Amino acid sequence: MSESARKDSPEQAEFRQYCQDWLKDNTPGEPPVRLPQSPLEIMTEPQLAYLQAWQKAAYDAGLVGCDYPVEVGGGGREDCQRVANEEMIRARTPFMPNVIGLGMAAPTVFYHGQEELKQRLLPRLFSGEDIWCQGFSEPGAGSDLASVQTFAEKKGDKWVINGHKVWTSLAHFAEWMILLLRTDKSHKYDGLSYFVVPIRSALGNGVTVRPLIKITGETGFNEVLFDNLEVDDSYRLDELGKGWQVAMTTLAHERGAGEKVTPRSGGLKSAATHATTTGNLIELARGAQRNGKPATDDPLIRDRIMQLVIREEGLGQNQRRARVPALQDHPARIMLQNKLLSSEIAQDTASLAVEVAGASASLYLGDDNAPAGGQWPMAYMNSYGMTIAAGTSEVQRNILGERVLGLAKSK
Amino acid sequence: MAQPKNYGFGEEAAMLKESARKFFADNFSTEKLHSMVAQDPNPERMSECLWDQALWQEMVALGWTSLAVPEEAGGLGMPLAAVAGLVEELGRAAFPSPLLGTLNATYVLAACDAGEAALAAIAEGATATLAITNAAGSWDIRDTGVSAAGGKLSGTASFVQDARKSDYLLVSAASGDGLGLYWVAADAPGVTLHPDAIVDLTRDQAHVTFDNAAAEQVGADGAAALERALPAVWTLLAADICGAAEWQLQTTVEYVNARQQFDHSLGFFQAVKHPLVNVMCAIDESKSLTYNAACAYDTEPEEAARCAHMAKASAAETAAFASGRSVQCHGGIGFTWECFVHLYFKRQKHSQLLFGDAAWHRAKLADILIGPVAA
Repeated sequence: MSESARKDSPEQAEFRQYCQDWLKDNTPGEPPVRLPQSPLEIMTEPQLAYLQAWQKAAYDAGLVGCDYPVEVGGGGREDCQRVANEEMIRARTPFMPNVIGLGMAAPTVFYHGQEELKQRLLPRLFSGEDIWCQGFSEPGAGSDLASVQTFAEKKGDKWVINGHKVWTSLAHFAEWMILLLRTDKSHKYDGLSYFVVPIRSALGNGVTVRPLIKITGETGFNEVLFDNLEVDDSYRLDELGKGWQVAMTTLAHERGAGEKVTPRSGGLKSAATHATTTGNLIELARGAQRNGKPATDDPLIRDRIMQLVIREEGLGQNQRRARVPALQDHPARIMLQNKLLSSEIAQDTASLAVEVAGASASLYLGDDNAPAGGQWPMAYMNSYGMTIAAGTSEVQRNILGERVLGLAKSK
Repeated sequence: MAQPKNYGFGEEAAMLKESARKFFADNFSTEKLHSMVAQDPNPERMSECLWDQALWQEMVALGWTSLAVPEEAGGLGMPLAAVAGLVEELGRAAFPSPLLGTLNATYVLAACDAGEAALAAIAEGATATLAITNAAGSWDIRDTGVSAAGGKLSGTASFVQDARKSDYLLVSAASGDGLGLYWVAADAPGVTLHPDAIVDLTRDQAHVTFDNAAAEQVGADGAAALERALPAVWTLLAADICGAAEWQLQTTVEYVNARQQFDHSLGFFQAVKHPLVNVMCAIDESKSLTYNAACAYDTEPEEAARCAHMAKASAAETAAFASGRSVQCHGGIGFTWECFVHLYFKRQKHSQLLFGDAAWHRAKLADILIGPVAA
């Protein structure tokens, strides 16, 4: 019996067995197309179709949205999403494509939306039939998120939206967007409001989506322009002027510190061999040469790999210690470090991998001789997405310094 | 055997840690430490051994020296995870004492084949320390400067911690039969302590010469006993470092919040804020790895060395990093003898090096995870 299974409630234990049985017969085979390293880089319809079919099957079987009430399309269970996630990862299923929907939009709509809106939107979100995207950043509002300028003006019983959002992952497939905008220009924070708005059905009718190309050459994220998009007032979440508070629900879930556990799968065998882990780094080093010997014989390479092994294990042990109150000085101190540490460890691991691979690291996806299919240079470049998105490492350090250490707020 | 999720750090361990924290907070302020150990700033001062023996007697009475002694030898037999909690608080107070040395000796004795009598002495309040390295300061198990013949020891053991606070020495010595472990009173005939003049004001250190000194062999296979017990030694030193580093962090945060320059508190500036956040992350990494190592020692002995190498490698880096930032962020005052940060700076730099520095532990870890380098 696994360590996690030992602490299951009777409901969880029964559900775990159910998940295991279902996954035995329903874990998809290897994908027909090369999949990207994360759902945020889905570029083509075949990639999306394969992943959407998987999410729909998992939802229909009750493994997605388990902890949400039945009325909004959930499973009506208590603390079972965690169990489903563990079993899906153990079964090495593919990842689910609707990550922004599941991780950020669902809890935000659930806690702040009107009942009718939840019942209409959440079932198709959980099933992955409707892909969601997030409209937060703007050309003039990155780390200083509260300075967004996208504006909604009330005209009769409708809102008319104008503005420009950027770095919008999955917008090219999205039916819906969670949107932070301004309804009052005279107050920075209290002038913000929060809406859900249609994207795909409004293309050419107030919405334009243009792909942005990343440094890796992939698309996957976009800019979204609003030109007099009209939406109904029922699409507003919570009260007017409460947008910042609603956005905090979104961001808390994005950082893994929200009320709802995000449905997560992911761990395809083919993906596991190029995950940015020190285990894969060691395998790469065994096969790489330095001075006519395996790179793993070089004492400097050994030392640098061990530095990363220790950081990686430290991050894992942080998650464990976060559940032992007697070994903590401050309740949020460890969890608020997660995003910062995991993104920087991944970046440094990929960076060392590229160095260990030596000249071979110059070979990219299209080259048959590229080690690990060229995934390491791609992972290294993609790692900057992780240290920039969802609050840059610099912003994360401000948050930690101010909220945990109590240092004065930086401008 | 799988590890318990909470490191086996239960209610009893939490109470011990909390009571230790309160004990030091109530009885041993940093002001008191400074006035006790920092009387003589002369860099050429002779070696000193300054500590609060009355308070030490209270700690012995509380049973803290016999926590790790197995129950069958008259001790409390508490898990290493709980003992690490106590030592973290000892480090936070930077309390000069033979506690760490005595605990270290306890773990090695418990791994010996004939350690019962020595353990019983510790359970009754005797203090002890390890004498297991040579003049080169090598931490490889077989590198002793002492040899044994017919139950008599000769040679020199170096870098012996808190030697003058210790009643007994646990000595590793080479003989024709391999490496043995020996138990000898610090004031026995033929044993001479030569105090070192050291930087760290919170510990004393000595090299010890043995001139045909009669000693009791407690471990016939000393290498096996040390191999089994050293992960506990590394883990406890890492715990001490974590506690001391947290003191350094909180004291520095307090200072940069109070100190005003350019119309702001220093902590307003990201050039100060971000390094202190990095210190916090380093402490948390080391602390998580320390309790993981303690739990492995208690429940998964085959993983103990791997986990403890990680803990001490991480803690050694944290000790150096937290120390550097504590002095730097205090600015000019941090560079003075009157500011308390130097006490911890010096203790931490000492702890960084004892029982293997970061690079040494990472090299050992690589041997486990990658395999040794082919000859």
